[in-house]
Amino acid sequence: MLKRAKALFAVALTALVGASSVGQAAEVSTRQLNMPQGVTEVSQAAYDIHMLMMWVCVVIGAAVFGFMIYVMFAHRKSRGVKPANFHEHVGVELAWTIVPALILIVIAFPATNALLKVYDASEAEMDIKITGYQWKWQYEYLGEDVRFMSSLRTSQDEIYGREEKGEHYLREVDNPLVIPADTKVRFLLTGNDVIHSWWVPDLGVKKDALPGIFTEAWAKTSEVGVYVGECAELCGKDHAFMPIVVEVKPKEEFNAWLAEQKAAAAEYASTIGKAWSMDELMERGEQVYLTNCAGCHGVDGLGIPGVFPPMVGSEVTMGPIEKHIDVLVNGVQGTAMQAFAAQLSEVDIAAVVTYERNAWGNDVGDMAQPIDVLNHKNGQ
Amino acid sequence: MAHGPAKGIGRWLFTTNHKDIGTLYLWFSFAMFLLGGFFAMVIRAELFQPGMQLIRPEFFNQMTTMHGVIMVFGAIMPAFVGLANWMIPLMIGAPDMALPRMNNLSFWILPFAFLTLASTLFMEGGAPNFGWTFYAPLSTKYAPESVNYFIFSMHIMGASSIMGSINIIATIMNMRAPGMTYMKMPLFVWTWLITAFLLVAVMPVLAGAVTMMLMDINFGTSFFDAAGGGDPVLFQHIFWFFGHPEVYIIILPAFGVVSAIIPAFSRKPLFGYASMVYATAAIAFLSFIVWAHHMFTVGMPIAGELYFMYATMLIAVPTGVKVFNWVTTMYKGALTFETPMLFCIAFVILFTFGGFTGLMLSVAAADIQYHDSYFVVAHFHYVMVAGAVFSGTAAVYYWLPKWCGKMYNETMGQVQFWIAFIGFNITFMPQHFLGLAGMPRRYADYGLQFADWNMVSSIGAFMYGAAQLLFLYNVIATIRNGKPVSDNKVWEGAEGLEWEVPTPAPYHTFATPPQIK
Repeated sequence: MLKRAKALFAVALTALVGASSVGQAAEVSTRQLNMPQGVTEVSQAAYDIHMLMMWVCVVIGAAVFGFMIYVMFAHRKSRGVKPANFHEHVGVELAWTIVPALILIVIAFPATNALLKVYDASEAEMDIKITGYQWKWQYEYLGEDVRFMSSLRTSQDEIYGREEKGEHYLREVDNPLVIPADTKVRFLLTGNDVIHSWWVPDLGVKKDALPGIFTEAWAKTSEVGVYVGECAELCGKDHAFMPIVVEVKPKEEFNAWLAEQKAAAAEYASTIGKAWSMDELMERGEQVYLTNCAGCHGVDGLGIPGVFPPMVGSEVTMGPIEKHIDVLVNGVQGTAMQAFAAQLSEVDIAAVVTYERNAWGNDVGDMAQPIDVLNHKNGQ
Repeated sequence: MAHGPAKGIGRWLFTTNHKDIGTLYLWFSFAMFLLGGFFAMVIRAELFQPGMQLIRPEFFNQMTTMHGVIMVFGAIMPAFVGLANWMIPLMIGAPDMALPRMNNLSFWILPFAFLTLASTLFMEGGAPNFGWTFYAPLSTKYAPESVNYFIFSMHIMGASSIMGSINIIATIMNMRAPGMTYMKMPLFVWTWLITAFLLVAVMPVLAGAVTMMLMDINFGTSFFDAAGGGDPVLFQHIFWFFGHPEVYIIILPAFGVVSAIIPAFSRKPLFGYASMVYATAAIAFLSFIVWAHHMFTVGMPIAGELYFMYATMLIAVPTGVKVFNWVTTMYKGALTFETPMLFCIAFVILFTFGGFTGLMLSVAAADIQYHDSYFVVAHFHYVMVAGAVFSGTAAVYYWLPKWCGKMYNETMGQVQFWIAFIGFNITFMPQHFLGLAGMPRRYADYGLQFADWNMVSSIGAFMYGAAQLLFLYNVIATIRNGKPVSDNKVWEGAEGLEWEVPTPAPYHTFATPPQIK
């Protein structure tokens, strides 16, 4: 630990303004001290105005603090100085009111231009709807029928120290957002429950995802790569555990990827009537549960007393299966239990319902099939 | 008429004496400071390493919330009200506060507010966990049950603050000694007069915000719920319309303290008194029209965004005037560096540093990267801790001999200063780097790339925490067996009416008002 601290101070001394340029997810540097320049026009604009402001502050700071330090040495009583008695000077006072005001007016021009860039989401070639959920993101390629959830891939064991932390600890998701290079992509953001904020430093995007309101942001980059971001607005318990991973692919690769997603969605729709076995449902259900439910209801199904109800022996998991499916599909009004109809596929809902009824000593013994879930949705 | 204090606990429960009430406020605020500080230690201990080691994420959120609420409303604000109670009557030559019974009430409801708040930690579902800014709907639809107690205690704190401010305004307007015109008042009195007006203006707004929350939670309204025709962003506008003046409520009295202490140890009058008054008023005015710079990522129209950016940048002008005035006060003085002066010099340097990052934050295009990151955490701790807390500490050391007639241990004071100063910077300087590199605030856990600076920051925090225990010890040791002081004027360069009464200050002072030339 001491060694690490020592190494650190060496870093602090040598790499004063060490802006790492490309935010490849693979290159995790603990030495980054400055804002990344990022890979978009907006992130570059933010970086430039940030550096300008910093240098203005450094110059003024050096002058003021330098003068203070001089005064502290030169005008100490121990050197036998006699205090002067002046206490005002109109000229000086006017000067240090007017000069800073002029500096600010000059700065206002680049600051305004940079902001105009941030707000210029016009003429986008592609729209992606981003919805913040407690505690994951949903991405929907508007007009393409492709929609998926993106959740943290790091295991609870890594978080709670029962397992070595991987290289990409808390910087990895199951399904990253994929966008094409050299394309102006507009993000339309909203929230499903509370306020989230979608922040990817390298893209220069941070925008709040507000429930019931749409906000917009945009990105265009020619740099193919993987960029990592975070949720930036406190959104409850797992605020720190809903990272963002964006993969920028060359256009052709992106088109191939998108076609693949569409095909998978079509295939899924055609197999929805298939009957699943208990083992298949339990296996898939466990995965779905760990990703989507364990955050509140616990890996062991015990919940958090007073906040999130337990699954073990509960009225819902042990009661009629229609009610259980309904809770998953529609959520519970007035509680933190959200509607999962838009987040999970019919197969996933069927699997997790089955899992909850037959895990941790719950022994109802019945199963939900995807078609039951679909019928429940349509029957409304 | 000259009688001493009552005996026993009754002295403190029923007192209407401004000095007793000032003392109560100061001890109460210090107790809250230690409690809020303890929560900060829990936060920094958990963040010492990546991964969850000590507490769970849901409890982490309770800690950040309680730390913020208790520090702002329980520690800093009451500390300055305590100083106002003690010093304003002494500084303007008044025998007491204008409304002494209300003074008693405004203090004694405070402990109940904070008992209510602290009790939420033991409730089912836990304490408030939505941050000190309690954004809806996290604080309404998704809040723990204890949110109702949180709202109740906010109301009591607000009532206490409003009563305290009305009292301060009434005292300053009506009870100045003959000849003490407004422009002869010490700057501490001026800054408090302006602060009190800010409080009277914005505490009701906070009360309105929490009442709307209460209605949304319990009575089926939808002020902040878009599904019912409301707007979650409305909450933020209301909150910050209170919240931005609130940060000046915290810092303006600190400016007053520094403007008293720097001239004393420079042995030279304050430079630019009139411009200090105007700058304070200008800052107070601007504080009402810049609130949405806390909301640059919320999706405001660009015209709104530009307006709030320009208005916010303007604050740098009057703030700069103040800093230049303090530095020029020191220029060609005869400086000595006793503990109060050390804290004030550190105040000027570190507060200015926090002002610089504030100016950077005002630039909306750069703020998309700073917003809600550790850069912001670093920024507001530079102005709140190195600003308000340092100046509060300076004030205690400066006036303690006058209050209790005994001198504190100077060596211990200076040791405390250096531990606090170094610890503070080790804690918060690296948080700038963390924020710029992409670490959001209020994170219970973080990726490995943030590990090193978090560890450094935690070490600094423990140092800074230790310095506060030394402070407590030094103050208690002074009161119990400090070296007696008998001079009216404890410090060679100190100026003002408070130094004309005997040391220690008698229970009743200025029964006959002094004449001001």
